[in-house]
Amino acid sequence: MEFDWSVIADAMPALLSGARLTILITVAGLVGGLIVGFVAGLMRAYGNAIVNGIAFAYVELIRGTPIVVQVMFIYFALPVLADIRVNPMTAAVVSIIVNAGAYIAEIVRGSFLSVHKGLKEAGLALGLPMWKVLVYIIGPVAFRRMIPPLGNQFIVSLKDTSLFIVIGVGELTRQGQEIMAANFRAVEIWSAVAILYLLMTGTLTLILRVTEKRMRIL
Amino acid sequence: MSIVEFRKVTKTFGPVVVLREVDLNIDAGEVVVLIGPSGSGKSTLLRCINALEEINGGDLVVDDISVRSGRSKVRLIRQEAGMVFQQFNLFPQMTALQNVAFGPQRVRGVAKAEAIEQAKALLAKVGLAERGHHYPSELSGGQQQRVAIARALAVKPKLMLFDEPTSALDPELRHEVLRVMRSLAEEGMTMIVVTHEMAFARQVGTRLIFMEDGKISVDGNPAELLANTTNPRLKEFLQHVH
Repeated sequence: MEFDWSVIADAMPALLSGARLTILITVAGLVGGLIVGFVAGLMRAYGNAIVNGIAFAYVELIRGTPIVVQVMFIYFALPVLADIRVNPMTAAVVSIIVNAGAYIAEIVRGSFLSVHKGLKEAGLALGLPMWKVLVYIIGPVAFRRMIPPLGNQFIVSLKDTSLFIVIGVGELTRQGQEIMAANFRAVEIWSAVAILYLLMTGTLTLILRVTEKRMRIL
Repeated sequence: MSIVEFRKVTKTFGPVVVLREVDLNIDAGEVVVLIGPSGSGKSTLLRCINALEEINGGDLVVDDISVRSGRSKVRLIRQEAGMVFQQFNLFPQMTALQNVAFGPQRVRGVAKAEAIEQAKALLAKVGLAERGHHYPSELSGGQQQRVAIARALAVKPKLMLFDEPTSALDPELRHEVLRVMRSLAEEGMTMIVVTHEMAFARQVGTRLIFMEDGKISVDGNPAELLANTTNPRLKEFLQHVH
């Protein structure tokens, strides 16, 4: 078989626009996922039984079901169930928010609870309210510990966007699939798609490494 | 006038009774040394004063505020009762100077520049003027504990609680912490100290309390008690710590 570079050159504009969409879904999804994850994680770590229970149910529901099922539910089942109609792009972003949020919640909970309880006592003993202890003392220490597992989750979520092929979002994998269906150049197209994913995850890894280096990991 | 007043204070951890109807009055200016075998309740008694432990029975009034009068009042108590921990518990993401300046800024609302100036003065007072920019991980145990004392003093408390402040330190580092505590006592600070440092109790303490099984069993002048106590269990305890 002959590797035809011109196939890649021809496909590149479409693949790049797919990659752009992949990045957009990932970034929007992770920003939302971080917010949801922090709230749910802190509810798990410091909430009373009811608050904790709500967050626990959310985490278990999401972790216990595949993301493909989740996005299909949001896109196909919600309109029937609750008359909520969303476009594929919104369904994709919401899926990442909800899915990553559940995993990030556990990362947040674990990091906050891993901080030595003496620090909390030292903060409280100064006369600070609990929220200030969390924001100024435990939070910064916990945040540094979160970076490696958060990096994992960011990469997983980025790759999970490829599953949105099932609802027809024109992200990178979908673009590759469509071009491949037209020209049957599987080797060239999937090589190019794989390398574009590697470039994206590689960049993410680099950013995380720099962040980790710049912060004193405690 | 009492600054700390225990009225039949009971504290339990599940089925375990740690403090049994403790009555105790501590006046401003006293340096009270709390001793007793492990599990006798001395650390718990200390931690009840700033409400790090919640009492289950009786009442405990600190600087005219009951520890049972709600969260915001409890914060006022904590601002007046500085605490020094066995494990120092410095904030690891902050330099020594930032650790000391933190309380005044976040608790008392002091402006940053003023808090830093005051923190520098306090670090100088505990002999660490040159170490302000070091992180806790770059300091020895004795230095960390002195920073912790400065951090507690920065909030300008009326009394200081010390929970085995030298127990985590190598013997040769203890004296530097004890020296700071001694000078603090000489300035008239009210201090309640859980410790096994009998020399400190004898030389600096104005009052020695021996706890056993959740109760105060001996309460008196340190020099006299350490020289010749009539209590057989205190006598035995002292033989073990010496």
